[in-house]
Amino acid sequence: MTGRSGPSALAPGAKAGPGILGRLHVDLPLLFGLLLLCGYGLLVLASATDQDPDKLDRQLIRIGIAFAVMLVVAQVPLVQLRRWAFPLYFAGLAMLVAVEVVGDIGKGAQRWLDFGVLRFQPSELVKLAVPMALAAFLARRPLPPRWWGILGTALMTVVPVLLIARQPDLGTALLVAGGGAMVLFLAGLSWRLIAALGVAGAAFLPVLWHLMLPYQRQRVLTFLDPSSDPLGSGYHIIQSQIAIGSGGLYGKGWLNGTQSHLEFLPERSTDFIFAVLGEEFGLLGILALLAIYLFIILRGLAIAAQAPDAFGRLLGGGVTLVFFIYLFVNTGMVTGLLPVVGVPLPLVSYGGTSLVTIMAGFGILMSIHTRKKLPPG
Amino acid sequence: MIEPSMHDRRAEQRLFLIRAMVAGVFVLACLLVVVHRLVSLQVERHEHFSTLSQDNRVRVEPLPPTRGLIYDANGILLADNYATFSLEIVPEKVEDLDALIAELSGLIPVADKDLKRFATLRKQRRRYEGIAIRTNLTQEEVARIAVNNHRFPGAGVRAELVRYYPLGEHTAHVLGYVGRINEEELQRVDVSAYRGTNYIGKSGVEKAHEEALHGRVGHQQVEVNAKGRVLRVLQSRAPAPGQDLHLYLDIRLQQDAAEALGERRGAIVAIDPRTGGVLAMVSRPSFDPNLFVEGISQADYQALLQSPDKPLYDRAIRGQYPPGSTIKQFVALGGLASGAVSFRKAKYCPGFYQLPGHDHKYRDWKRGGHGSVAMELAIAQSCDVYFYDLANDMGIDRLHRFLADFGFGAPTGVDVAGELGGLLPSREWKRRARNQPWYPGETLIVGIGQGYFLATPLQLAVATATMATRGRFIQPRVVRATRAPGSELLTETPIVTHQVAGYNPRDWDDVIRAMAAVVETDRGTAKRIRTPAYRIAGKTGTSQLFTIGQKERYREDQVDERLRDHALFVAFAPAEDPRIAVAVIVENGGSGGATAAPVARQVLDSYLLGEMRLASDIDGPAGATDDR
Repeated sequence: MTGRSGPSALAPGAKAGPGILGRLHVDLPLLFGLLLLCGYGLLVLASATDQDPDKLDRQLIRIGIAFAVMLVVAQVPLVQLRRWAFPLYFAGLAMLVAVEVVGDIGKGAQRWLDFGVLRFQPSELVKLAVPMALAAFLARRPLPPRWWGILGTALMTVVPVLLIARQPDLGTALLVAGGGAMVLFLAGLSWRLIAALGVAGAAFLPVLWHLMLPYQRQRVLTFLDPSSDPLGSGYHIIQSQIAIGSGGLYGKGWLNGTQSHLEFLPERSTDFIFAVLGEEFGLLGILALLAIYLFIILRGLAIAAQAPDAFGRLLGGGVTLVFFIYLFVNTGMVTGLLPVVGVPLPLVSYGGTSLVTIMAGFGILMSIHTRKKLPPG
Repeated sequence: MIEPSMHDRRAEQRLFLIRAMVAGVFVLACLLVVVHRLVSLQVERHEHFSTLSQDNRVRVEPLPPTRGLIYDANGILLADNYATFSLEIVPEKVEDLDALIAELSGLIPVADKDLKRFATLRKQRRRYEGIAIRTNLTQEEVARIAVNNHRFPGAGVRAELVRYYPLGEHTAHVLGYVGRINEEELQRVDVSAYRGTNYIGKSGVEKAHEEALHGRVGHQQVEVNAKGRVLRVLQSRAPAPGQDLHLYLDIRLQQDAAEALGERRGAIVAIDPRTGGVLAMVSRPSFDPNLFVEGISQADYQALLQSPDKPLYDRAIRGQYPPGSTIKQFVALGGLASGAVSFRKAKYCPGFYQLPGHDHKYRDWKRGGHGSVAMELAIAQSCDVYFYDLANDMGIDRLHRFLADFGFGAPTGVDVAGELGGLLPSREWKRRARNQPWYPGETLIVGIGQGYFLATPLQLAVATATMATRGRFIQPRVVRATRAPGSELLTETPIVTHQVAGYNPRDWDDVIRAMAAVVETDRGTAKRIRTPAYRIAGKTGTSQLFTIGQKERYREDQVDERLRDHALFVAFAPAEDPRIAVAVIVENGGSGGATAAPVARQVLDSYLLGEMRLASDIDGPAGATDDR
């Protein structure tokens, strides 16, 4: 703990000292933020699962595994990550195709590839592989990228996104597409082009509407008017807003949320856990949570900014901003700002797969941080 | 590999730094949007969402009150509640209804008619309301369901108090019955007061005293989860049970009166003239009211509806009959009061009456006539000609006024639902109803209780009681007192009474003496029911349903049974200190003296002597003039 020295926790000016944490390539402020978040998350989860010891134990083990994965990834040098970027990317694509062909149909979506004991979602791997491959691809040429760089990046993003969207898994597709866009943005995509893409995107919306599956369209319609189907597809949105709104400024108190404990709130331990927090801890509890998230994100961006090379910067920034997309899509959905998209509240929602992926991403950030002094490869 | 020389490291770093800062600002902006939304939800609309969350969680359930019991004058229970158990299914909570019913029928017998009723009710009720798949579960069936209850979400045993009338057909008309509330009744009652109540008084005392019997609904606030399961009671207000009713009705007298009528169609109303209390109110034939409580089967209902004897029809308060000669004493009293006649003034009866200047002969029931008769004999022998003449002298207006004094032509206001008011014709009525002027001949007919004149047995009993008390008109009541739940204190229902004005005390004495002569003298039309035990003042009546031609004779054996004359008799006893006034009608029974009077005597015996003699034992000295 004493290894830290610096004017601000957000500014990673400190050297990775000779301490044990330094040797393990751990960034203390980031670790602190992540532990705080996971601890807070477990507290909320305890309430959301009605203090089910089985579920809490399982989640605790998952968190443990995820932190272990983070530590392992943190040991991998940037150069190595850069070397693996394309192989991982193509492996991910191959698995997506495999899922398309033989995928186990679980939860109505072909997302899982069954590896016996552990079911693995190829799309989780792709979430990391896409920013890695894009960063590696863009870092080969001077930045900002020229038109062929942009086209290449777009192509590399769109292919996996379409494969994932076909599964259909709108949430993950959104996260992967967002990751690609963020990397491209950080690489220096010209503002003019961003504006043009924005306009084109808006023009493309009706086409997208036609491409969407009926249940996806229903979600959008429900988002626009939840009360049109209060007991059907609008139920989630209405009940989660009631939960959050009734929480008020201070909340109903831990374990005292009626919406969650009397089962009015669906998916309360997974995608809608934010509503449990809002109901029991109120606006103040939510602000505390958002502060932790903001700290982690800004810390991530700061680490990326001090990366030794363009690859590290783009990858670090991309991983951090994907984490933010998780947060924004989830909170936007639960509060009724965005349509219902199956995106968990990162590091808080019950469930293991995305937890491991996210923590692996933070492992990359730690690897970047602790190697910033190394001379470029 | 890579060519670092191509990169302008510093420029790229600066570019990234700017982009990272923009991204940071973007993140902050997005989070502010979320926070803004949260402030809107949690601060600005907090109250709104609190209410919604409370509404989600808390459900107010009604606690239906227990219906009041009904006792007769001697404390005998006439209307009881008993607990039944039924198995109910809430369709909303069941995923596969057919599978559930199939499983349940493996546990307890479910008959086809149960399934049919379930299917019918399912269409009528809302999805969240429980519908009985089986009623009247045995204790063993209840236990079997209780053990397996966890297997059947959405199904449960419900205890319910169901009305039961232990004396069945003896109280069917006067008490009425309760039944399931229907749509029309829901429109009429205060729905909030009837939440959770399934039954409502459909007729009789049950309907007239619905408010007192029903009680006040209670409420409990319960906490429920999203599946609607009750988790705990938050707060509750107990229901107030309905009030018990204690009647004037004496069920022993009621049963004896029914027995006296036997298989004949008719009605008997007995009133205590001192209180207006209805001692007995019988309408025959009757039916089993218990059939109606749980919903009568279509077959049973059709059978009751289509029976030519009309068992559902309450003759005592809804049967409107021509009163015939049973109103002559009231006409006589009116004649004395109006000065149209004096008690001792004789009129000559040649057997018919003619209005001056008219050919039409108004016949007396006695073909040869009664000769010279004054009022006492005219009443005792029921001389029609005397009353034709008296009615003609009084005129319809005065006749109407005096008869109205005794309650004819208007409902008595008895506390039994469904009473009809009869018809006391008048000039004004005829103009309104028939758009015709009043003809003098019609006045004569009214004078002997025929023509348009209609009265219910209850009206006749009330008029007779008014005569017995010399003009103290009392609104008849079946309910003597109410008792609040948990209290021993009886609250007497007020006696609503007024004195009929304008009659001379001596006139009362004279007319009552004449009524006594009907039974107590050898020339009276009801002398056969004379008894040494007490003195009876009465009046026979025979009302025609069938008009015969001017030259024809009424021959009973030639007339269809259902067109034969109704036999009527009104009486009070003991004549000098009346304790009971009674009106008897035997439909198509023939003559009042021969048929109705012995029935009345049996009722009087039962009440005054505490025992009822057989009708065949009642036979005083026979005579030629015992018929009308």
